[in-house]
Amino acid sequence: MADVTTNMRRPSPAHASGPKPRRAFSRKNIMIYSILFVLAVYYLLPFYVMLMTSLKGLAEIRTGNIFAPPMEITFEPWAKAWATVCTGLNCDGLSRGFWNSVKITVPSVFFSIAVASVNGYALSMWRFKGANVFFTILIIGAFIPYQVMIYPIVVLLREIGLYGNLGGLVLVHTVFGMPILTLLFRNYFSSVPEELFKAARVDGARFWTIYFKIMLPMAVPIFVVAVILQTTAIWNDFLFGVIYTRPENYPMTVQLNNIVNSVTGVKEYNVNMAATLLSGVVPLTIYFLSGKLFVRGIAAGAVKG
Amino acid sequence: MQPSVSIQNLKLDFGSVSVLRDLNLDIGQGEFLVLLGSSGCGKSTLLNCIAGLLEPTEGSIHINGNNVTWSEPSDRGIGMVFQSYALYPQMTVEGNLSFGLKNARMPKDEIKTRVARAAEVLQIEPLLKRKPAALSGGQRQRVAIGRALVRDVDVFLFDEPLSNLDAKLRADLRVEIKRLHQTLENTMIYVTHDQVEAMTLADRIAIMKGGVVMQLDTPDVIYNKPANKYVADFIGSPSMNFFDTVLTTADGPQVSIAGKDVSLAGYDFTRPGVSGDVWFGIRPEHILTGEMAGAAPTQFEVRAELAEPMGAETLVWSSLDGTALRFRVDGQMKITPGDALLIGFDPARASIFDKVEELRI
Amino acid sequence: MSQSGKPTALFKNLSAKIAAIPMVLTALMVFVGCSVWTIIYSFTNSRLLPSAEWVGLDQYERLWGTRRWLISIENLAIYGILMLILALVIGFLLAALIDQKIRFEDGFRTIFLYPYALSFIVTGLVWQWLLNPEFGIQNAVRNLGFETFSFDPLYNPDTVLYGVLIAGLWHTSGLVMCLMLAGLRGIDEDVWKATKIDGIPAWKTYIVVVIPMMRPVFITTLVLVTSGIIKLYDLVIAQTGGGPGLASEVPAKFVFDMMFVSQNLAQGFAASTMMLVAVIFVIIPWAYLEFGGKKHG
Ligand SMILES: Nc1ncnc2c1ncn2[C@@H]1O[C@H](COP(=O)(O)OP(=O)(O)OP(=O)(O)O)[C@@H](O)[C@H]1O
Ligand SMILES: [Mg+2]
Repeated sequence: MADVTTNMRRPSPAHASGPKPRRAFSRKNIMIYSILFVLAVYYLLPFYVMLMTSLKGLAEIRTGNIFAPPMEITFEPWAKAWATVCTGLNCDGLSRGFWNSVKITVPSVFFSIAVASVNGYALSMWRFKGANVFFTILIIGAFIPYQVMIYPIVVLLREIGLYGNLGGLVLVHTVFGMPILTLLFRNYFSSVPEELFKAARVDGARFWTIYFKIMLPMAVPIFVVAVILQTTAIWNDFLFGVIYTRPENYPMTVQLNNIVNSVTGVKEYNVNMAATLLSGVVPLTIYFLSGKLFVRGIAAGAVKG
Repeated sequence: MQPSVSIQNLKLDFGSVSVLRDLNLDIGQGEFLVLLGSSGCGKSTLLNCIAGLLEPTEGSIHINGNNVTWSEPSDRGIGMVFQSYALYPQMTVEGNLSFGLKNARMPKDEIKTRVARAAEVLQIEPLLKRKPAALSGGQRQRVAIGRALVRDVDVFLFDEPLSNLDAKLRADLRVEIKRLHQTLENTMIYVTHDQVEAMTLADRIAIMKGGVVMQLDTPDVIYNKPANKYVADFIGSPSMNFFDTVLTTADGPQVSIAGKDVSLAGYDFTRPGVSGDVWFGIRPEHILTGEMAGAAPTQFEVRAELAEPMGAETLVWSSLDGTALRFRVDGQMKITPGDALLIGFDPARASIFDKVEELRI
Repeated sequence: MSQSGKPTALFKNLSAKIAAIPMVLTALMVFVGCSVWTIIYSFTNSRLLPSAEWVGLDQYERLWGTRRWLISIENLAIYGILMLILALVIGFLLAALIDQKIRFEDGFRTIFLYPYALSFIVTGLVWQWLLNPEFGIQNAVRNLGFETFSFDPLYNPDTVLYGVLIAGLWHTSGLVMCLMLAGLRGIDEDVWKATKIDGIPAWKTYIVVVIPMMRPVFITTLVLVTSGIIKLYDLVIAQTGGGPGLASEVPAKFVFDMMFVSQNLAQGFAASTMMLVAVIFVIIPWAYLEFGGKKHG
């Protein structure tokens, strides 16, 4: 993974490879652009259809074409998806799931990054006996299918009284975020010159002083990458949400699935698509705002699979 | 007087690799000691042990009589300056200087005075509010020295502090460090690759090889009377010429080179009376040429194979008795390859080593 | 100045050790402990609750006699193989296209990668809608006049997997593209110059020079995509719910249903243990190639 991330970091002028530039409108160029254009349409189509469907009335959906723009734009489906659509007995819309997801994501991101950054720092700077054994287990652990561990974790959470709580889910996210984040931070801190750490020790700084005063301020970019990575991953999580929380605490993904795939009642496709878009808003916003950093994050986080 | 730093039987292993072996070293109060040696010989490792950044496998380290072998770096009364400066990038110069003092919970006004004083000594007052990124290499290294200075330490440790600087700055800062040592009068241990630095700065030089000190003495003795062939070869550039020969004592000490006997009258024997197979070493600058050669008791004619004019003098590559030979001639002499030159040896400036342990005879 | 003795090994770097407690607990209690727990309980007859009654390999015999499990395995194999090949091929082609010094590179990359930012649930739901025969693509094409056009993979047991595959590729290929692009850019520009001087055509350079040089990137991508495939769950839940019938069941869903729906814990444990075994078969050759190979050169 390390090589991938470093390559991502290379500034774009150095990027240039491939055959040398040629005239702007050579035959080959036109072909490349047309292929890319067609592919871009394929990738964008689902988003476009989601958006169009969510702005149409049900009647128009039934008679019209999913690719056609709405003849009459309505925001009704969005309002309904957000505030009044029912899941089970609750009829307060996706807003419930949204706020649950916020309540899950914010502390999970915070704790997982706090724990992992300290871990990565301890592993790279304060090598103590046995540290690498645990780190190796941790990295191998990243490849174990979650299915193997989910039930015993239910048992453990029940033992400590966190099963079904948001607290329990936060703990689970912290635990499963640990391998990749620890790796991310360990690699980052390993690239910090060792002499800096030595200088700080000569200056009388101990473990926590060095972490908070020296390392933390230096590591801001990698923290941003970690936040992007974790926010997206936790917001998009479904499996842990459905297992470790009760229905009233379900995150947005779970609630969305329950709304759209519920077998009762009339299928309101426009509301469904509005709801789907609503749960994509947060990760998409992060994606479009963070740009290159997101790429760095997934290149590093791809290990998580 | 009690030594400032005393290292006893120090051993350090990285796993199965033994980096320092049974090292003993006493450094006097106010002494400027230079650790010199080829890359990987354990200089930084030794310095890190003294600083408390590495734990020795065996042995002990005393500073001012206190056993500090297991103390925290900050409790040892040492300050350290690194090759890469190691300034805290997010702090201003002032922050860098005061970081150690803040960690020691020193009162604010005391910190202020000390920082001001150090800045004055090092002439970095105008830079106090800048971040390290906005400083030149020389300024950064000054700040790094200042970081040790403010802490008012007994022992300064330098790990190749000038290696990252260009030649001119290096010379300037070298003088400044020397001056600093004269003003502060505290102990300094200085690691370097650079022989010129070592020669000009040191009160004593310790030449290290493979985790062992090969010789510890004043620059003068190290240069003129190297204790063994390694030191003789290591010090001096270009390095000493060595002839593989036999030392006989029957008709007074003499060695035989290219079939001629070279008398060693005037050589100051460390071990008089020893004879047998030896290395006869003579520095390029101690080979007599021109008129001086004519006056030498034994003379040789050699052919110049290559000449490297260096301005004031010219370095001539040649060979004698199958041994490559380098010597210096006056820069005014024009030498072309193939020229025949007369040379001679001044035995008083030679170095002779036995071939078993390669120690000075 | 303090004069202290040699600290005992336990208290050396004490703060670092305390700080590492969460990692140690996670490694030992969750990754080792929980996995071992599951493996052990897969040899019991736990149903609603874990029970300690030992039944040997019974659960495994039953598992491999269960039609739904066999279908899940087969589905995963088909989906997995196709996904791997197609994701790598599409990802590489996208990367190679983008690497042609084109304009709007960032724009295209943003477009190809954005699905990866979305959850599998969103991916599954949107493709469920697009592939809806009544209102989706099929309907749109029929409205154009192709009355007999038929494209409803999700409602046909024989083709439902391909419907899931389309969605999966849409979601993942951007990631593969990103990794491949990083690999392509890691190749020295001089390689291109050299092949150009030698007059080797671009396509041949890719096949003969570039792809072999990108071996590490391919291996990494392979492992990532594979471990993603084994975990395949959310996408199926959202898009097909495992249907029609059992036609798009997958092992992860089998495990979940056994544990949390059918109250047949031990079957779930046995099935998840089999998943673990499968992963080990992927990881070991990879670890060998990645770490074992390096030592020798
Ligand atoms: N953490 C370590 N683990 C294993 N070996 C090490 C470690 N640190 C240093 N070494 C080895 O110890 C030896 C001495 O290293 P040291 O850094 O002290 O050399 P040095 O004399 O300072 O060299 P240089 O002049 O290049 O700085 C080297 O051979 C090095 O490879
Ligand atoms: Mg060194």
